[in-house]
Amino acid sequence: MGESMSPRPPASDWSTDFDHLDPRWSENPYPIWDELRQSCPIAHTDRFMGAYFPSRYEDVRAIAYDTEHFSSRRIIVRETRPPLIPAPPITSDPPEHRPAKQVLLPAFTPEAIERHEPHARAICRELIGRIAGKSRCDAAVEYAQEIPVRVIAHMLGVPEQEGELFRKWIKEILEIGITDHEVLMRAQREMIAYFAEKIAARRAVPRDDLIGYLINASVDGRAFSDEHINGTLRLLLIAGIDTTWSAIGSCLWHLAQHADDRRRLAAEPDLMGPAVEEFLRAYAPVTMAREVVKETEIAGCAFKPGHMVLLSFPAANRDPAMFPDADQVIIDRKENRHAAFGLGIHRCIGSNLARMEIRVALSEWLARLPEFRLDPDARVTWSVGTVRGPRALPLLLG
Amino acid sequence: MKVLRVRVDRERCQGHARCFALAPELFELDQWGNGRERGDGAVPAPLEQKARLAQANCPELAITIIEE
Repeated sequence: MGESMSPRPPASDWSTDFDHLDPRWSENPYPIWDELRQSCPIAHTDRFMGAYFPSRYEDVRAIAYDTEHFSSRRIIVRETRPPLIPAPPITSDPPEHRPAKQVLLPAFTPEAIERHEPHARAICRELIGRIAGKSRCDAAVEYAQEIPVRVIAHMLGVPEQEGELFRKWIKEILEIGITDHEVLMRAQREMIAYFAEKIAARRAVPRDDLIGYLINASVDGRAFSDEHINGTLRLLLIAGIDTTWSAIGSCLWHLAQHADDRRRLAAEPDLMGPAVEEFLRAYAPVTMAREVVKETEIAGCAFKPGHMVLLSFPAANRDPAMFPDADQVIIDRKENRHAAFGLGIHRCIGSNLARMEIRVALSEWLARLPEFRLDPDARVTWSVGTVRGPRALPLLLG
Repeated sequence: MKVLRVRVDRERCQGHARCFALAPELFELDQWGNGRERGDGAVPAPLEQKARLAQANCPELAITIIEE
């Protein structure tokens, strides 16, 4: 799969030829974004059949709010334009967006999420139980990647042990599928078949989980089609896993290198709230996309229909015009209107779930494993493309 | 005597729930997780800092503080 990808010519100029798959971008995108903000705040590339990259908070916000010119029907910048595969509500525009989102919201309020906290905590403790006593571990593989997958699988009503299968789909759809159309389509077909079977099983034998809930749910007196439910379930599974896995990994990556923050956070549990927000700001994992559907102009830049926009909430969060000392991680930052969960109608529906998982994962980790640092003899690797987080995080413990 | 009131703009609010996390004494969430001020939004003097903190952390700029 990865082997079949042809080597990509490196980006020659970030403002006119950017490539978010370039290894330099995956490794450390922040200096690139700083440079763009000063020289060419809205970059463009002819790669990906044409795409823009706004680097400033205000432009990201303007595009996120403008659902008339910028459609969510495509939310990932890919080499080609594959057929539209709806996963409502993330791929929905108004007016279809509202009912598709509204049906899900009650299951994701802070109060609803609180009920899953004991389960998340038990998972963290079980994982730490396997790590504690060792002198080194891979915190991305042995810890971060296991937590969100099991929580969301439990919420949906699919087996928690199938994490490996879910992660395979995520890698195929969000990473390999950016350049490999066949892999993307195959993974989509596999997921659709998987959930079609689950939906049929739930119709036969009702169960109190999200699949069962969606089958019986309606908004304004209207139930949802199986195709719609299937899309929503695929969205919840994908979005519920590698996003928070990435966030937890990035938090631990930061804490492994900043003993002051690590010790302060372990000693002052009240700091966990603002610290999680600051990690979300500084290491926001999720970049979305929009497709330009109507010509418009923002900040003097003409947006042409048919081109994509890489909507980088992570870049917006590093804009010094919005955040003083934007490149500093200040774990007790007071004012923090970060956009890690998006802005406008597509605000991440799992934001309360993600916050709970990050908070629980960090507090459980710090309680049992307060001292850790990066293993100087091993390499941290980062995911590529739409979601950014460590995929290998080798740590020395104690 | 001045009275402070918080108000959540229901059109702007997207349910980030930051106000509720930072100042649950002043804000509540509806069944969809969208924010609104509690009661008439009046802010008791000791909670003024919390009101300002909630306002400063709303990503959608949905919170206003009115001085009467």
